[in-house]
Amino acid sequence: MARIESEIGTPKGGFMKWIDDRFPFTETMKAHATEYYASKNFNIWYIFGVLATVVLVIQLVTGIFLTMNYKPSSAEAFASVEYIMRDVEWGWLIRYMHSTGASFFFIIVYLHMFRAMLYGSYKKPRELIWIIGMLIFFVLMAEAFAGYLLPWGQMSYWGAQVIISLFGAIPFVGETLVEYIRGDYSISDITLNRFFALHVVALPLALIALVFVHIVALHHVGSNNPDGIEIKYHKGPDGIPFDGVAFHPYHTSKDLVYIIAFLMVFSFVMFFAPEMGGYFLEHANFEPANTMATPEHIAPVWYFTPFYAILRAVPNKLWGAILMAGAVLLPLFLPWLDRCRVKSIRYRGWIYKSALGIFAISFLVLGWLGVQPAEGKYVLMARIFSVLYFGFFLLMPYYTAIDKTKPVPDRVVYHG
Amino acid sequence: MTDDVDRNRRHFLTLATAVTGGAGIALAAIPFLSSLKPSARAQALGAPVEVPLASLEPGEMIRVEWRGRLVFVVRRTEEMLGRLEQTKSHDLLRDPDSKVSEQPEFAVNGYRSAKPEYLVIEGSCTHLGCAPLPQFQVGPSDDWYGGFFCPCHGSKFDLAGRVYKGVPAPTNLRVPPYRFIKDDVIMIGAEMGAA
Repeated sequence: MARIESEIGTPKGGFMKWIDDRFPFTETMKAHATEYYASKNFNIWYIFGVLATVVLVIQLVTGIFLTMNYKPSSAEAFASVEYIMRDVEWGWLIRYMHSTGASFFFIIVYLHMFRAMLYGSYKKPRELIWIIGMLIFFVLMAEAFAGYLLPWGQMSYWGAQVIISLFGAIPFVGETLVEYIRGDYSISDITLNRFFALHVVALPLALIALVFVHIVALHHVGSNNPDGIEIKYHKGPDGIPFDGVAFHPYHTSKDLVYIIAFLMVFSFVMFFAPEMGGYFLEHANFEPANTMATPEHIAPVWYFTPFYAILRAVPNKLWGAILMAGAVLLPLFLPWLDRCRVKSIRYRGWIYKSALGIFAISFLVLGWLGVQPAEGKYVLMARIFSVLYFGFFLLMPYYTAIDKTKPVPDRVVYHG
Repeated sequence: MTDDVDRNRRHFLTLATAVTGGAGIALAAIPFLSSLKPSARAQALGAPVEVPLASLEPGEMIRVEWRGRLVFVVRRTEEMLGRLEQTKSHDLLRDPDSKVSEQPEFAVNGYRSAKPEYLVIEGSCTHLGCAPLPQFQVGPSDDWYGGFFCPCHGSKFDLAGRVYKGVPAPTNLRVPPYRFIKDDVIMIGAEMGAA
């Protein structure tokens, strides 16, 4: 009887078998979770990839709900945001979740990128993971910039005016390009409408696609680790790396603890300091856009300020724009600028350690300078730290080649 | 089997398909790219605007909107016009004779205007488009003879909108096309200076 049933296609292995015959569910779960082996010595720096995914989900969900009440027209946008804040039930929470999420997205992504620089995660064979990651960063910047115009406040308007004008610095085609971006002779209702389309449809789609590819590439070559060694070179007879543990349940359960801790910090900011003293939500943006008057102190949101400081350090429009673009693009070339064979900072020499330290300090100081007025000592400081920022990348082929390294162990080691 | 394949023919057909497909995609991109340009309505809204100047007192400035852009109209006093000589003779300006700057033909002169008394310029910094602030009084610094100061990135312009040296703005403030339709009325957006 049973035999006949199996012959006519009754699922013998139950529901999962029925699914697996039609979609590789179990196989995918194994390849990417229960039998994906990541190094057992991950430290706190390895949490930011997971946290970035958490924030991405927060942004997508809150964004969908905000879209239900937001009106993308210059006449209604500002009022519709106030409507969300005052009249929509829990609207203030959803909006603050979205605006706080934007800033946390950048904090996490910057730390995630710094992790790669600490442990050489961009080096062979992970160059493409790094490049895809940089593309995610570029799309994220565009997404944040487009989103910032939507509330149609003073800073939305004039911030967009400044950034779009940057494209006008391109010789010959600049002015035409600016007209194509704005769709008008100035930033207007038309510009707002198209930025809404980009922010809500085009860029999120690109972001999700790139994140998917980022993870596929990562799982193909395997995760790096704080020792910067390839764990798959030392496998047991079962084919499992000695130094690896399954992503699920081992890394996921540990990640859950970090996620809860992160959500506590996130909630604290969201409930008690959603404006963060004017850094997460700028004060000038609580005034509707006025095309007739620029706010006295114009500064981008904090996550763009390092690059903005570089732009302002140059007393020439075209060169300012070129150096700013250069500062954003240079990290793309890290896998080839860095000529040291050792990945992890643990086994690299004092030259790289100092250079990375100087770079991190320059980035932070430039970020601070970006919100200061562009005058006197601030301009001088911005010039000095811009030189250090570029020096880190441009001199890298030289100083990484002569840096003395320590021997790298074969297997993962524990310190202390 | 494979030996019978005419590789040249296959290669030609692949190439021909790719080129045809590529041309199709390029042509299909035209409507999408063109839709990004200022629409017919945006162009219509960019029509000229009339500005009466009768109530404008000497030394005062008004702001008007043309094509969504900010335009400053300043009625300069004789004393203010005299200060234009100062900025030029002290060699403070990058383009004192408006050689590389944008303005209609009639405004290529020491006053950058159709009539010396009235200055009509776009209130949009040539650096990154912020609106400069009018600061018409002399000083406090030695080299300030009155003019416009951009709060965003510190660009400075004199009372004819001419850019100072050593600031990020590359050229003088733009002069929009305009003309006097009466002695005390101008039309911004329409060519030809003094009627």
